[in-house]
Order: sequence, then structure tokens, then C-alpha cells
Amino acid sequence: MPLITLQDVAFSRRGNHILRGIDLSLSSGEIVTVVGPNGSGKTTLMRVIIGALAPTRGTLTRRPGLSIGYVPQRLHIDATLPMSVARFMALPRRHPADAVRTALEQAGADGLAERQMATLSGGQFQRVLLAHALLGHPDLLILDEANQGLDHRATAAFYRQIERVRREIGCAVLMVSHELHAVMQASDRVICLNGHICCQGSPETVAGSPAYRDLLGLDECDAVGFYRHHSSPAEASA
Amino acid sequence: MILDDFLVRAALGGTGVALAAAPLGCFVVWRRMAYFGDATAHAAILGVALSLVLSTSLFAGVLTVSLLMALAVSVLSGRGYAMDTLLGVMAHSALAFGLVAVSFVSGVRIDLMGYLVGDILAVSRTDLAIIWGGALLVLALLAYRWSALLTATLNPDLAHAAGLDPKREQLVLTLCLAMVVAVAIKVVGVLLIAALLIIPAATARPFSRTPERMALVAAAIGILSANGGLAAAYRLDTPTGPTIVCLATLLFLAASLVGHHRGRAAASRAPSPR
Repeated sequence: MPLITLQDVAFSRRGNHILRGIDLSLSSGEIVTVVGPNGSGKTTLMRVIIGALAPTRGTLTRRPGLSIGYVPQRLHIDATLPMSVARFMALPRRHPADAVRTALEQAGADGLAERQMATLSGGQFQRVLLAHALLGHPDLLILDEANQGLDHRATAAFYRQIERVRREIGCAVLMVSHELHAVMQASDRVICLNGHICCQGSPETVAGSPAYRDLLGLDECDAVGFYRHHSSPAEASA
Repeated sequence: MILDDFLVRAALGGTGVALAAAPLGCFVVWRRMAYFGDATAHAAILGVALSLVLSTSLFAGVLTVSLLMALAVSVLSGRGYAMDTLLGVMAHSALAFGLVAVSFVSGVRIDLMGYLVGDILAVSRTDLAIIWGGALLVLALLAYRWSALLTATLNPDLAHAAGLDPKREQLVLTLCLAMVVAVAIKVVGVLLIAALLIIPAATARPFSRTPERMALVAAAIGILSANGGLAAAYRLDTPTGPTIVCLATLLFLAASLVGHHRGRAAASRAPSPR
């Protein structure tokens, strides 16, 4: 049984149709990346899947007992809220000390436990969020543009970390990104979203599909850098 | 008996209110709900009028109206107006309508100042029972929902993913806020309740590395302000509620100076803070 199944899911707010006709299912262990331009409903889709938003149409089915680890797009900690990494890892429920240590190690955030969250660098902060999501051995890890505020090098390192984590604990990963080339290579499946699912398939298939190229304006602008090894001669000479 | 002394009753009343207001005030500060607290407190004067008209207990009237106000703000937020605009309208209109409504209550000469700035020296045994009952209920609710409240405060989606409902946690805070307003009206009055929520929490911030510690330090500061303010008001013959808030503010200033100094000392020890 798939971890999550969406059938004909739509979401609208105040007459704005943000998502429509979404059919999607996630199997255990697969890495799926959602790509799409700004305003294409990527974050809304993630929020529907974690249960923060109820679909206005269609059905969402979760495998019973499914546990989700979630890394939000942005987590702002108000300066008035004192919060150490160790305390954050115990929210909303405490885990055994060795489980916390393991999660921090898996996320590459070991040695940060005593630090205040507010003093972490962008990359450290994201790794702590990842460690938090890994606690309790999730069946599904959801990352919503978790590379925000990271430079290219840090982003690449972060996604390598996620691949490593998937190998170690075998969870499925659903992530949103617009750092396409960084995540696409690590994905089993890419979903191209623009309110509805324009196309989906293996990274190579999607990268070559006209719907995807059209949506992201790849043929209009300088597209060097995306999948050079699969690119057409015209693109390579651009 | 010891409770016969009005000063002892006042000290116990102030302590009870400070004890409940401090941890709740931490959430008010963390979630940037300061104005929300103000609006709820200002609506309380409407509750005073209501309880006079219906001749119910003051506590019940204030609790009802404060709760309605808090719920109305929760529901209306995010529907076209910015939160601070909405709260600005509701806080001051509730106060104005409340004052007008009180003036309609004929035949009863009421000391309006007593409700605006409190009258802690007039705290009765019944008041004490209500204050401590309410305060303990608020503390119990906060303790029971503590982790869920903290998670929802950090990030609502994080709470959703963990199977919590951030809206329900918001409701818990709303309920606690209405309760604290209802028990604090006698002690500091509607104009100064928000001060008792926010100032101790803000004072505790520089000395806290975890949320729990901040709540405990805030409670200690609140209790110190209440009792110190009471003593000062007795000696200086000043109004008690405002004196309590003045003392809390002085503590806040001192803490800010110490915190600033310590922050600079820490920064000079670590040459490249990130």
C-alpha cells in the first residue's frame, strides 16, 4: 500500500484555484521532487499532504500509522524565545538521548546540541531541522524548499545528506525545490507542478519534456547548467 | 486570622495573579500577541457593565466578555484587515462602549477608577478564592499543553506534521488570557493587565536559555513586582496597581542593562559571532 494517495485533489481559497486535479501516490523509499515556478502551488500541496490544509475536493489517503518528518520552508524563531537545539529536539515530545544524538549525527548536526537556535548559521539551522524531522523514524520525509538561504555549495551538501539519510533509514522523501539540477539528480521521480501536474517521470524524461521546458521558460533564457550531459546541441552552444 | 489583614490578602492576590500571568505572558511575547492581550483586557470593562446590569458576579461577566472578545479577534483575523488595525479598532471601541455602558447603569455609584487601575487593597476572601482558583487553572492548562503550545508557537506546520492542531492550542491560550484578565481586573485593573503579562516575560528574557526557565524567572519577577509594589505603595501612599507596574518596569530596565552588558561581553569573547 502506498504511503500517501491523492485522488483528484483540489484546493482553492477565496475563489483562487491553487491546486486542481492532483493524482499522486508515494511509495515507501522513493525520492520524489516537485518542481514548478513561484505560485504554482508547491507549498500548498505540501501543506495539504501534512494535513495543515483540507482539500476542497478529492480525497487524501494515508497509510494507517504513517509518520511524517517535516522540514518547513522557513522557520522563524522570534528573538524573544530562548531555544537551544537540545530543547528544540524535544518538541513536541521527548526522545531518548541516544535517539537524539543519532538523529543529529545522521543530519550532520552533531556537536550543536548545546547551541542556541538563533546563533546557528543557515546551513546548521537546516541540518538541525532535518535532524528534528528524522526523530521517531519517519516513513516519509517532507522538505519544502529546505535549501532556502543556502548557497550552492551548502545546498549540494544538504541534498547529499538527504540521499545518505534515505539510504540509512529507508524513508521516502518528498521535496520541493527550484534548485533543479541539484535535486533532480538525486530523485527517482520528478513532478512538474503548475496548479495541476503538467508532467512527471524520471528526471531525464521530465527535463526533456516540452511541458517542463515551457513552464520554466528554459528555451527562452540561458539554460546552461541544467543537465548538460543530456542537453541538446542547441542548448550546449547557448 | 491572618487573612483578616487586608495587606496579607492584597499580597496573596497579587502573587496569585503574577504567578499565572508570567508564563502566559511568555507566550504573549513569543507569539507577538501583546495587542491581543490589550484588546481582551479592555473588553473587560464591558464585562463590568454587563455584570452590574445583570447583577451577576463580576468575575463571570468579565470572563464572558473577555472570552467573546478574544474569540472574535481570533475569528476575524486574516479577513481583510491587518491584525494590528483590527485589534486597534476592537480594543479601544470595547473600552469606549464599556465606559458608556457603565454610565447607563443607574442607581449604582461605582468607582470606575477601581476597574481601570484596580483596587488590590479591597480584595476580599471570595476574591482571593477566585484569583487562586483561576490562576491554578491557567497554570494547569499551560502545563498540560506546554509542549504542544511551544511547537505551535515555533511553526504551525511543524505542529500539524506532528499530529497537533495549532488552532486548538491557540484556543487554549485565548481561554487562559480571558481567565487571567478576569482574575486580574481587581488587582491591576483593565488598563494595566497587559503590563503584568508582558513586562515580567520581557524582563526574564536576558537570563533564560530555555523557554521553561524564562517562564520561571518571569513568575519570580512578577511576584517580586506585585509584593514590592504593594509595599512601596503603602509607604509612599501611591495607587497600588500603577506602583506595581512601575516597579516591574524598573526591573525590566535594570535587566535590559545587564542583558545588554552581558551580550557585549559575550560578543567580545567570541570574535566572530554568527
